[in-house]
Amino acid sequence: MLAETMVAQNVVFGILAVTMVAAAFRLVTTQNVVRAALFLAIVLAGAAGLYILLAAEFVAWVQVLVYIGAVVVLLLFGVMLTRAPIGRDADLDNDQRILGALVALFLLGSLGAVLLDGFGDQKLGTVAIRRTAEVSDSIFGAYVIPFEVSSVLLLAALVGAVALARRD
Amino acid sequence: MFAVEIPYWQLTILKTVIVLSIIPAAAVVLGYVFLLKMMAHMQSRMGPMEPGGFHGWFQLIGDGIKFIQKEDIIPGEADRRVFAMAPLVVLISTFLLYVVVPAGPRLVVQNLDVGIFYALAVSSLGVIGVLMAGWASANKFALLGSLRAAGQLIAYELPLVLAVVGVVIQANTMSLQGIVHAQADGAIFGLSWFGNPFILTQLVGFGIFLAAAQAELTQTPFDMPVAESELVAGYMTEYSGFRFLFFFMAEFGTAFALSAIAATLYFGGWYQPFFKTGIMADVMGPVVLGAKIMLIAFLIFWIRFTFPRFREDQLQAFAWKFLIPLSLINIMATAVFKVVL
Repeated sequence: MLAETMVAQNVVFGILAVTMVAAAFRLVTTQNVVRAALFLAIVLAGAAGLYILLAAEFVAWVQVLVYIGAVVVLLLFGVMLTRAPIGRDADLDNDQRILGALVALFLLGSLGAVLLDGFGDQKLGTVAIRRTAEVSDSIFGAYVIPFEVSSVLLLAALVGAVALARRD
Repeated sequence: MFAVEIPYWQLTILKTVIVLSIIPAAAVVLGYVFLLKMMAHMQSRMGPMEPGGFHGWFQLIGDGIKFIQKEDIIPGEADRRVFAMAPLVVLISTFLLYVVVPAGPRLVVQNLDVGIFYALAVSSLGVIGVLMAGWASANKFALLGSLRAAGQLIAYELPLVLAVVGVVIQANTMSLQGIVHAQADGAIFGLSWFGNPFILTQLVGFGIFLAAAQAELTQTPFDMPVAESELVAGYMTEYSGFRFLFFFMAEFGTAFALSAIAATLYFGGWYQPFFKTGIMADVMGPVVLGAKIMLIAFLIFWIRFTFPRFREDQLQAFAWKFLIPLSLINIMATAVFKVVL
């Protein structure tokens, strides 16, 4: 029984991973800025799928609500308000491909090394679904100070945005 | 009791087929009862009388068949793929809404622990489809319409979420099934015969939810995205045939789903005081829920056919300066009563 579920999880993980990598690749190679934003939405949806695979339901739907429902929508909104021609746009490429590839390789290497070093061939075992009540208990219990600090930070950003945007 | 054991994959297919058939059925029922007949009678007309023989009940099904037969027209300048995908994105968002709505103690596709939060998250996906449709049409009216729609949907997403928080505080859970049980087992002023439908304590929240739902559905008085006197038909301008049919079904399917969620949050969902558990609760559940859905849908369409359209700035001011502060006050009041009582 256990082996079966783990196999199913692995298959789904494979599908998600291939989709995400393909969408991420198209995201940087596409010649159209709106399509790039739509590919970003696919990548973020794949990340939400990964959270569900790890039984973190609440985080997965926060990912959908915040990143796809708000960030990508704002991105699309901003792009469409300013300049979003249909079809290919040659200006989207710049001549920093090699630098970009180097940074990506460095990120891949360092993240991979950290993950291998930290977990190695450790088995995750079965993951129990974290109920939302447990998540909120830990946010407002053990992690209440980081939570409050981040909300103060967000408030400061909000006040700053208002101060920058007001006309007088 | 039924002792039928259905394998997981067959059960999944069964559930998918049922949900997929609910959306067109909901569109036909809401469209016929309210859009065709109720609006006609409010305007001293008869509405369709001929198709199908009895009060024109076949009208919308005939319209659907007509739409499917039409040619699939894509504008020459359009981004073909995005244009073709957009109605599907909107429809998928509607489809996902039905997953968590319970129609009986056991009649629910998947009783998620994050229930209502999931519903709000997937309902926000439809905006992307609307933006895709407006942009890919290569039409300035369509683009303006979709930008208006996006601004409106983002603005009214907040009061929708904040209004629900009041219910979640009172019910102690985000699972829709749990919210139904919290209302069924509750008592108000010592009366427990009909439970404690949250409409009694969350009347303000219900009002905010209904106003925000009206805007999320882009129904009049919040229908600037498809304002026909300014923008032809907004983001749907270039759509015809079965792609337009998808938008139509998504609009009325979402209206049905949001009514079902409002019925579950504020009217106790499938619950009626006579059969609380057992097979009768499952049999009565869909009927009771359906009646409550029709009641709330009636409110939505009554408002739609009564009020004239807002101006764009009035719409934004209504959301940011009135609904959101009000819903924050509602949350604080609910939280205080929760702690005190």
